[in-house]
Amino acid sequence: MSTPASIGSELPLQSQESVVIRFAGDSGDGMQITGNQFTATSAFLGNDLATLPDFPAEIRAPAGTRPGVSGFQVRFSSSEIHTPGDNPDVLVAMNPAALVVNLKDLKPGGIVIINTGNWAELDLKKARLDKDPRETGMLNGYRLIEIDINQRVKEALAGTSLSPKEVQRCKNFYTLGIMYWLYSRPLDPTEKWLAAKFKDEPEMIQANVLALRAGYSAGDIHELFQARYEVAPCDTMAPGVYRNIMGNQALSLGLVAGAHLANLELFLGSYPITPASDILHQLSAYKNYGVTTMQAEDEIAAVCSAIGASFAGQLGVTTTSGPGMALKTEAIGLAISTELPLVVVDIQRAGPSTGMPTKTEQSDLYQAVLGRNGDAPLPVVSCSTPADAFESAIEAVRIAVQFMTPVILLSDGYIANGSEPWRLPKLEDLTPFPVTFRTEKEGFHPFLRDGKLARPWVKPGTPGLEHRIGGLEKDADSGNISYDPKNHERMTHLRWDKVMGVRETYKPSTVSGAQRGKLLVVGWGSTAGSILSAVEVLRRRGAEVGCLHLRHIWPLPKDLAEIFGRFERLLVPEMNMGQLARLLRSEFPSTRIESYPKVQGLPFTTSELVARLESELAAASRS
Amino acid sequence: MSEKTTAVLNKKDLKSNQEVRWCPGCGDYSILNSVQAVMAELGIPKHKFCIISGIGCSSRFPYYMDTYGFHTIHGRAPAIATGVKIANPDLSVWMITGDGDSLSIGGNHTIHMLRRNVDVKIILFNNQIYGLTKGQYSPTSPAGLKTKSTPFGSVDRPFNPISLALGAGATFVARTMDTHPKHMEATLRLAAQHKGSAFVEVFQNCVIFNDGAFEEIIGRSVRDDRTFDLQHGQPMVYGANHDKGVRFKGFGAEFVGASEAEVWDASMPSTAAAQILAELDADPNLPTAVGLFRRVAAPTFDEGVRKQVAKIRESKGPGKLKDLIYTRDSWTVS
Repeated sequence: MSTPASIGSELPLQSQESVVIRFAGDSGDGMQITGNQFTATSAFLGNDLATLPDFPAEIRAPAGTRPGVSGFQVRFSSSEIHTPGDNPDVLVAMNPAALVVNLKDLKPGGIVIINTGNWAELDLKKARLDKDPRETGMLNGYRLIEIDINQRVKEALAGTSLSPKEVQRCKNFYTLGIMYWLYSRPLDPTEKWLAAKFKDEPEMIQANVLALRAGYSAGDIHELFQARYEVAPCDTMAPGVYRNIMGNQALSLGLVAGAHLANLELFLGSYPITPASDILHQLSAYKNYGVTTMQAEDEIAAVCSAIGASFAGQLGVTTTSGPGMALKTEAIGLAISTELPLVVVDIQRAGPSTGMPTKTEQSDLYQAVLGRNGDAPLPVVSCSTPADAFESAIEAVRIAVQFMTPVILLSDGYIANGSEPWRLPKLEDLTPFPVTFRTEKEGFHPFLRDGKLARPWVKPGTPGLEHRIGGLEKDADSGNISYDPKNHERMTHLRWDKVMGVRETYKPSTVSGAQRGKLLVVGWGSTAGSILSAVEVLRRRGAEVGCLHLRHIWPLPKDLAEIFGRFERLLVPEMNMGQLARLLRSEFPSTRIESYPKVQGLPFTTSELVARLESELAAASRS
Repeated sequence: MSEKTTAVLNKKDLKSNQEVRWCPGCGDYSILNSVQAVMAELGIPKHKFCIISGIGCSSRFPYYMDTYGFHTIHGRAPAIATGVKIANPDLSVWMITGDGDSLSIGGNHTIHMLRRNVDVKIILFNNQIYGLTKGQYSPTSPAGLKTKSTPFGSVDRPFNPISLALGAGATFVARTMDTHPKHMEATLRLAAQHKGSAFVEVFQNCVIFNDGAFEEIIGRSVRDDRTFDLQHGQPMVYGANHDKGVRFKGFGAEFVGASEAEVWDASMPSTAAAQILAELDADPNLPTAVGLFRRVAAPTFDEGVRKQVAKIRESKGPGKLKDLIYTRDSWTVS
């Protein structure tokens, strides 16, 4: 191991259960790489993990300004965790703007590491600061560590052939080295990563390794710190093979796995949009896994090409975010009317309209469940964590092909870009659901139905089964165009009943915490971790609170009525104005359902949920 | 059920059991007839045909064909046809559309399908009017046309579909007319033989809302003198007595005697000459070019997509799900 074990060894080593670090700098400072490397190394050490990147919509906003600040928060722990943490223990600020944007979140008494190399008058001015925060009392109550990282990197790389600009690009690895020293992490994993990343640029490997090691040494030599810390491996994690995974990655893998389980080729039609584009990038690299991708001319062409592929016998998939969903709406209605399988992935972001593209929200629930012309029901599946996106994607594929229906799969920016350790499934545990295309001519018409009310799927090119489908209403008994009033009612009911029948294939819903009592917290999507953490806090205090997280937003599971009946009231926290709460109220009118909306483009913190749950519990006791 | 895998079809094999519901006298009937005639002789079994349409009068077409068919949504047929052709390349994919469907609401998809050169045969029924919505002007209606939505005359400048297709990089561009089945069948035959997007504009009469829109050009009594037929490798001669000809002069065309007519080359890499001929439409006093404007060989999008996939599958081997999930950066907790 390349880690120089002796450095700093005379300092006391303090053990911590869980630590939250936020790296913040210019969007060009490489903070996402720094955070990802710290995460990968902590995963290697066996910590439980959760991460949250926070980057601006602008690729490179003017350097040193507040809008240009890019952040990456990582929480690593020796016990199991469900969120990236509310408040950082350590803030690394590469310039004054990064400090002022992030300081409000830092825990009292937390460590602030600032790069004084970017702390000149001009840097303060760019951050819209009249005075140096070190002199204003802004930093009182924190442990301030000042390092001129610019100068240190320059010294460390003096012997290399890199230009001064290239040298400064190694700052993030110097910073990473400091944090590795402070939290007793090995350098090996990152050095190996650098060797692979720059395999054709040996001077870049050398420079970044030098910067990393110099940062590691800095903690001791310059007597910046009075202690080092360690966070032991998390020994309660279930046995298995793990990898750290981001939501969009897991979702992509789930789509490929779903297509394999269905024994279908996958066709992705997609148009680039934040924060969904990574799925297009990833799937486009999987051409040898039965995947074809097409970057369409617009969102509508993206979904329509996928519908065409489904008609032709492949699994059509399209990926987008809210504004793209709006554009795809009519085509999704066509897939409902023609009863073709299709998976529509919506990585939600803050809206309406363009909204805040890089900020998370759960405000497309209505759009997914209700947002079409006509009575147009379809199943809606939701991912709850980055790793869960894998299973949710498989579930969406399963429903689509078994019920011949478009399915909307909801994720959001927080899941998409957040990461956590994923316990890899055993392949033999994944249940196949192979598709059988109809080839039997006898008695065929395109809108025949099986026991699940699904119509037959015929690959065009099959002799003798020539048929026409379309968006006009069909006669239930022949599939031909029909404007007959009674037939339309019958078809509308058939489409409804088919989608409602999806409920029969769900696994039973599970409640965590109290199984009955005062309060049930019902959530969906990326609020899962915060809700579970808050409920665990209150359970330790003996509160009668449980939580239930929905994977299926529509149709809702049948067992909810019984579960809801065991609690005095429900609380529904969600990152929108109460869309699930309203849906639940209409489905369960006799249940007392409180809504807890948050629309700041940010996830719920555990502490704000704890506070709300406490007040809800108190109210339940009074009533 | 006739399982003809190589056999020649009879026209009536391609007729579905659905009653055709276009207005009596509509030009669509003759197009349907010609398409059935040409398809029947291609040697392709009917289960290998897939006809995709958008929305509008013309787009009811697939229902009348006993092939695979998809009546989709307004303007989106090109995108759906592209997905079909990529996913199921053995199919002979045809797209039926109208001037509103493909040049207004679906204009974007049309130009992108043409630039990609997806192997789909596109038949655009151009009647210069919205028929199914009962008579509003379309993007090909001439300026000044009085319609339900333009009681004082349209102030829109129209598209020239041929110019648009040429500008979008189409590899096959042709024009024919519903009143001339022989010409229509010859044109569709060429389109069927072309590998790539084949764009065929058909002047089509709407008897209800825009009757006679093309009568002055393609009416039986005038068409020989008012149109000239572009045939690759043939002189551009026209006229009831075959006495008139066309040749290029500078950036335009001039009308001369038959003996001075230029031989038409539809395979030129440049679209400039074809554009000059297409733009003659703008002057009502000049004859209108019909027939084959352009036919060049180019790689098709669907084949490019498939070849890339095949190449990667060959070089990397068929991917195993396990390798995708169990990567090198995993670790074991025991």
